[in-house]
Parts: sequence; structure tokens; C-alpha cells
Amino acid sequence: MIEGQPFFRFDWLVDNLDQLARRLGEHLLVTFIAVTVGFLISFALALLIRRYPPIYGPILAVSGILYAIPSIALFVLFIPITGLSLLTAEIALVSYTLVILVRNIVTGLRAVPSDVIEAARGMGYTDTQRLWRVELPIALPIIVAGVRIATVTTIGLVTIATLIGMGGLGYLIVNIGVTRRFPTATITGVVVVVLLSTIVDLLLLAVQRRLTPWAKAREA
Amino acid sequence: MTTPTTSGAVVALEHVAKRYGPPGSPPAVTDLSLTIPAGEVCVLVGPSGCGKTTTMKMINRLIEPTSGRITIDGVDVMRQPAVELRRRIGYVIQQTGLFPHLTVAENVAVVPRLLRWQDTRVRERVDELLELVGLDPAGYRSRYPAALSGGERQRVGVARALAADPPVMLMDEPFGAVDPILRDRLQNEFLRLQAKVRKTVVFVTHDVDEAIKMADRIAILQRGGILAQYDTPDQILANPASEFVDRFVGADRGLKRLSLARVRDLPLLQPVLVRPGEERAEVRRRLEGPEALGFALLVDEEKRPIGWIGHAQLAGDGPISPDAATPDATLLQPESTLRDALSELLLSSVQLGVVVGEGERVLGAISVDQISDTLRAAAGHGHGAA
Repeated sequence: MIEGQPFFRFDWLVDNLDQLARRLGEHLLVTFIAVTVGFLISFALALLIRRYPPIYGPILAVSGILYAIPSIALFVLFIPITGLSLLTAEIALVSYTLVILVRNIVTGLRAVPSDVIEAARGMGYTDTQRLWRVELPIALPIIVAGVRIATVTTIGLVTIATLIGMGGLGYLIVNIGVTRRFPTATITGVVVVVLLSTIVDLLLLAVQRRLTPWAKAREA
Repeated sequence: MTTPTTSGAVVALEHVAKRYGPPGSPPAVTDLSLTIPAGEVCVLVGPSGCGKTTTMKMINRLIEPTSGRITIDGVDVMRQPAVELRRRIGYVIQQTGLFPHLTVAENVAVVPRLLRWQDTRVRERVDELLELVGLDPAGYRSRYPAALSGGERQRVGVARALAADPPVMLMDEPFGAVDPILRDRLQNEFLRLQAKVRKTVVFVTHDVDEAIKMADRIAILQRGGILAQYDTPDQILANPASEFVDRFVGADRGLKRLSLARVRDLPLLQPVLVRPGEERAEVRRRLEGPEALGFALLVDEEKRPIGWIGHAQLAGDGPISPDAATPDATLLQPESTLRDALSELLLSSVQLGVVVGEGERVLGAISVDQISDTLRAAAGHGHGAA
């Protein structure tokens, strides 16, 4: 901290609103790509597991190991191969979402009551119709719960991705705040990250409530 | 009903066998042949492990037979795509299997939607079915299953199975998960419904009493899916084909049989009817006739019973007073089962039941002897006379 300066400089914040908006945009984009790609991969894996249950254990083990690697290490690990690029960042971020998303999608599908599945078969649903019209809708609350955790986790991790040049809100926290000893930027970055996580989490919850009005009837 | 009802189809099993393990392992169903006439309720009953559920599920191919042939109206079920076959067979299960994420109306509409019916037709059909099972469409259409009671869920399950008007219905212990009072009500409702829709119903239960009540024909299976007896409830109770059937239907099969017969099935006795004020000597004289029951029945001007009068109350001379009769005459309706009638008669001082019709007017009487004669007549045929 530079002597003689106030701890938080509002004038800096006001002057840098455009940068804040840009960093927020970068942050959201990197998060969105990671969660979307992570979800698509996890969904495909979950469908494979639904068909071939024995592969669940190995898939969980591999994604669990990925999850256990410290994020900085994972970012750095890929630099020699993919350079300081968005791809490097996304590889790491997507890896982290897998264990959460695969587990939640599989758990959601497995939580569909067996009598419901039997009734669906007995009434003449094809396997595909049963998956899309019965099992996935019923699994939705658990699946969305996974997406919420994955998204909040990713928003946090993206701040670290600034180390490999991804910008985002991490740029304010680390590159400006820490490197230049300017706490105003760090505080701004942290507060916005927390707000962002909370808002996105609540939005996803609202989406889930909207999509599953029946789940409320069940709780009542 | 606005939609014309398709009545039942003949379901036939020919030498059907199912083995879950490799060849040589004990079969779940062994060489089972039976024909279910169109529009009848066939109850598959037996102890657990007798293959009754397996047998039922082979009809809609949830389980495929190892050998043998199953036909519906002569068409082999294996010769059509399983999903198409299943859309033409109603399916009701114990836990209902209602889809929690769909409303009552959407649940009932499942098979019509799979069959791509038009929206208006589906909507009309849903309302019609909800009314048929006794649920007000306006009040229930948009509720979710979680907001229904057990009985309501079970009714929606039946409506859903009937939605596309299938000729055949499979019901797997449909009333097994509800309390006895509700079960009785749902059973009666279903019997009334079935009298209207006349589907061919294959009904699985482990409860003999339920089987006797619901069935036109009962197939009793024993371990390994061996058919022990296939007959009407009355014949099974009167003439159990084997030791196994005898034990399975229970030692009280005579009593069970009585719940199949009703008071109106017996020839009614005509007791001597007496009104207050009649002379005792005259009544004594009338009681000496060969048809007399040993008691006279005191009735009021509307021919409503007051009570029985025995010889003790008829001694001496003078008119009969209204309070001379025993006050506890047992009143029976023509619809009462003989089992209920017997149980009431055994508790009353005079073992004669007054059968009353509309306005409590006397139609006649039945005696305990008549009921026990019915039992003996039943036991008289063939096996199981002991």
C-alpha cells in the first residue's frame, strides 16, 4: 500500500468502471465456456454410465484425481502444450467441473424411482423417449444443483486463470491489486466475484424452480 | 362414455416357460398354458416365488418367455414391436408409477400422446376418464401426484391405464399398498368400472381373499410357475384340485365360499306373518302347518318386521301385544353375502334372518340351516369333502 493514500479509492473505481465491465465480461465468458463444455462432456459420460454402469467407478476416479490437482499446477501443466491461451485455461477449468457434474447427473438419473421407470416401460416409451421425457425431467433438480456448484466453483477458479493471461476479475485482484500494491482493485475484484457467484447461483435456482414446479408440490 | 369402448381380447398362453439362469437351472415358469376369455378378470395368485408377476410381465414383454407362445386375439405378442404392443395394453402397478413431474391430466394422457392423438381428443378423453374413476376433472386435472392421497393416486393410475382404451389390462398388486378399508373401496370401484368397460384383465395378487373377490377365473400357481388349478372362484373353493390348492385357499374355504353367494341366491322361506291384535289360538294353529318355521313373524301395518314370536309367547288366549316379540330380529338385505348373514345369525337368539326389501318390508326369511346346506352342497362335489 502506498503511503498517504486512502484504503479504498472511489475515484479510481469510478474512473475504471469500463475496465471493471470488461473484466466482468471476460470472467463470465470464460466461466460460461467452461461450464457449458464441462456439462456437455459430463452429460455424454453420464449417458454412457447409464448404459454401461461398470464404467462409473473408473470415470469418477479419473475425474476425482483431476479435481485433486492444485489449480495453478493444472494451468501450468498445459502451458508447454497449448501455450498461454484460452484453451489452456479451459482445459483446466473443464476438468474441475467434471467430477461435480458427472456425479450429479448420474445421481439424478439413478434417483428416478424404479416404479416410475417400470411404468414408463410398461406403457410403451422407447428407451430414448423414457430418457428425455421421464428420467431427465425428474433428475433435473439434482442436475441443476450440480450445475450451480460447478458454476460457483468455476467463477472462483477463473480468478486464478488470470495468471496465464486470461484477464477477468482476477486481473483486478492480482495484476493490479497485489502486484501494484493497490488494495482498491483487490477489494473491488473480490466483492464483484462474490456478488457474481451469488447472483448466478440464485438465477440458476430460479431457473430450476421454474422448470420443476412439481418439485415444490412434493416438498409441501 | 363418448369414446366407444373396446371390449376385451382373448389372451392365451401356450406352453410358456421362463428360465432366468442357464439351461438346466430351475425355471421361474414351467410349461404354463391357460386361456383367458375376452372381457374376464383372471387373477394370478400364489405364494411368493410362484412366478405370477413373471407370467404377467411376459404378456406385455417386460419379460420375454424362454419358450412357448403368448397370443392376444390370436396374434403372437413376439411378432410385434414391444413398444407398440405395450401401448395397447393397460398397465397398473402397486406403487402406481405416476410421473411426479407431470400433472394428473398429463399422466393420464401419456399413452394417447405416445400414439399421437390430437390435442382436443386427448383433453376430452382425460376428463372422461377422470370422471369414470370418480375424480372431478376440474379439481384434479392440474394437480401433481405429490398432492394426491394414496387412493387418488391409485385411481389416476387406473385412469392412465385405460386412457387409450386397450383391450387388455395388466394389474400388478394394484391395491396392495393401501389400507384395508380403502382397498375394499377401490376393489368395489374397480369391479363396477370393469362391469362397464369389460376389459380382459390379468390381475396379480398374493391375497386369496382379493383373488376370490375380483376374479372371474383364478389361476393358482405354485413354486416354479406350475399351474395348480385354473377355475372359477366358486369351483376352486368347492373342489380344490390338490392338497396344495386346499392349503393355499385356507381351512376356512367354506366360509370364503359363502362370501361369493348372496342372500338373494337362496330360495326365501315364507314365515307366518302376524299383526298385533290377532288371536293367539289362531296363530298357534297356523304355526302347526308343515311349512311353518316354529316362529311367527310379527309385522306392522306396512309389513315391516317387529320381531319373532315363539310358542312360549303364544300360550294362553287373547290378542297378541306388539311387545310380545323378541326385539333382536336379524334384518338382511338381498345383497348381503351369506358369510355376513351367517355371522349375524349366529349372534341372534332366533336363528332366522328376516330378508327385507325397499322400505324395510318383509320379503321372506332365511335360516342358518339353509346356509349350511349351501356349504355342504359345495363340499359334496369331489375332492375336499373332508
